[in-house]
Amino acid sequence: MKLSAQTKVLALLFSAGLFAGCSTTGENMDEGGYGSDVAPIDQDGGSTVYGGGDQGGISSSSMTESERMEAQQQAEQEALRDITTFYFDFDTSEIKPEARDVLVAHARYLSNNPGQKVRLEGHGDERGSKEYNLALGERRANAVQRFLIVNGASRGQMETVSYGEEKPAVMGSSESAWAQNRRVELVFQ
Amino acid sequence: MMRKISFRPLQALFPAVALMLLVATSAQAELLIRVTEGADSAIPVSVVPFAENGSMPAGDKVSSIVQADLAMSGEFRPLPPQKMLSLPSKRADVYFRDWRLLGQRYVLVGELTRNGDRVEARYELFDVNREERILGETAAAPASNMRSLAHHISDKVYEAITGVPGAFSTKLAYVTLDRANGNARYRLQVSDIDGKRARIRLESKEPILSPAWSPDGKKLAYVSFETSKPVIFVHELGSGERKKVADFPGLNSAPAWSADGQSLLMTLSKDGNAEIYQMNLQSRKVTKLTNHWAIDTEATWDSSGEGIFFTSDRSGGPQIYYMAKPGAEPRRITFGSRYNARPRPDASGNYVYYVHQRDRAFTIARTNLKNDEETVLTRTESDESPSVSPNGRMLIYATKQSGESVLTVISADGGAAYSLPASEGDVRDPAWGPIVR
Repeated sequence: MKLSAQTKVLALLFSAGLFAGCSTTGENMDEGGYGSDVAPIDQDGGSTVYGGGDQGGISSSSMTESERMEAQQQAEQEALRDITTFYFDFDTSEIKPEARDVLVAHARYLSNNPGQKVRLEGHGDERGSKEYNLALGERRANAVQRFLIVNGASRGQMETVSYGEEKPAVMGSSESAWAQNRRVELVFQ
Repeated sequence: MMRKISFRPLQALFPAVALMLLVATSAQAELLIRVTEGADSAIPVSVVPFAENGSMPAGDKVSSIVQADLAMSGEFRPLPPQKMLSLPSKRADVYFRDWRLLGQRYVLVGELTRNGDRVEARYELFDVNREERILGETAAAPASNMRSLAHHISDKVYEAITGVPGAFSTKLAYVTLDRANGNARYRLQVSDIDGKRARIRLESKEPILSPAWSPDGKKLAYVSFETSKPVIFVHELGSGERKKVADFPGLNSAPAWSADGQSLLMTLSKDGNAEIYQMNLQSRKVTKLTNHWAIDTEATWDSSGEGIFFTSDRSGGPQIYYMAKPGAEPRRITFGSRYNARPRPDASGNYVYYVHQRDRAFTIARTNLKNDEETVLTRTESDESPSVSPNGRMLIYATKQSGESVLTVISADGGAAYSLPASEGDVRDPAWGPIVR
């Protein structure tokens, strides 16, 4: 499961003191083509966009005085980017706080590698109606796309698609299966 | 007591298919049918095995199919033939006192006559108490098509007794998913409403969903992911010809036909958010009918063909809304719980059916549009995709049984049901076809 990987990354972050900037989650309407389509969706409370660019703390040069620290940071960024699946609560498209650092790492990577393309695949759990879940999966993928754009990725690097409830990651009808199926997957191409 | 029937797809003779996509025309898969519960209020009726003149085709007997149809509706309780005291095939041989003794309200008798490559049926329905004939007809069909002949007779009997046209001759469309050998196979199929005579119309490695019947029953619109994104196709069932009608950026989903068959309602997100559009199928021009930051989807015309029901989460969670005409200010219909979606009105205009969350369960409910009263119809927990029969008497939906998706049919008041399970794998996304005259 992804959680264990996430736990490792969190431990790494703590050890490096990188949590310093994590609480900075202001919206930034001017950066990265954060377009007019964003504002209306945010009004319903279903999706919250966490921005902040460099305020995310991870790349802050003030805390990396030595070459050793830079190398360590690079390794941490790569470790963060091992996580490519992001989970959501039922009937929401709100990016969870624990996903933000990882998404910022992906956004920076995309920003540094303009030729890199990524497909954002949104999914829902099996409960409720199929077509509504299809729209909800798209809204989740769009929320991740906006987060990545705000943090430096460009729109042209990304395409979004929703599979709704059609492609569960885990079979079964348990809380645990549902939680693992409500997700957005980043598929680098 | 309730009665319940389930359908599952019977995966039998699939050839290995190398193509990603197969438009098939041969009969290859069937659903099983399982009647699990019976209704108390069911009307006792006797379908007497028909007399036969000449050689009859192999397979199920016409009268057996009629008997199964009537039982399946939940509104009738057919007498097993072995309990009958006599097996008359014409009025002169019907002793009403005997049938009264057996507690029967109606008796159907008849005979089949082979005539070249056709079979003719002459049949009569009697009201036992009044000792009157209430239906007498002849009908003929090719010998290869005895099931259609039987369903036709069932329709006539049903209408003679209930006053409502039968829907036994209508078709179901649904999607099966077979995950055997680790390869997902989605198959769009069309069958009789008892799951028999299933034919695969489309096979794909990628999801197929939301089949919708054209009003003439000749075409299906559906969503296919065969190009790795949701795209709406219109599929001519007779020729197998398919047309990609909506392939805009983002969602192309939830197709629903207008009564004249000239346009489709659909959900598009080409402008960044899921909105409802109407597409003229001739010009392919789309008109936007909703404009809201919320999700708007699952649109369907009401029975008059003037108003539109749809799902929107503009209140914070999905609820059913109604526009009195395209583009009009929507009115919220459902208030009973935090999650109500996928509206399907019946032909009478009296009810709208939908997916309804009740505590932790997702059930099917309906709202009486005359008095806004809501009734939960199902006791299962993972229900979705309700579709009403064209005569408004039955409802099919998808649910889970032992971890697999099956189709279940209930009477529209929730009182009776049967299920159509697949022998293996899932079957879902049912769409009940129109009555075609």
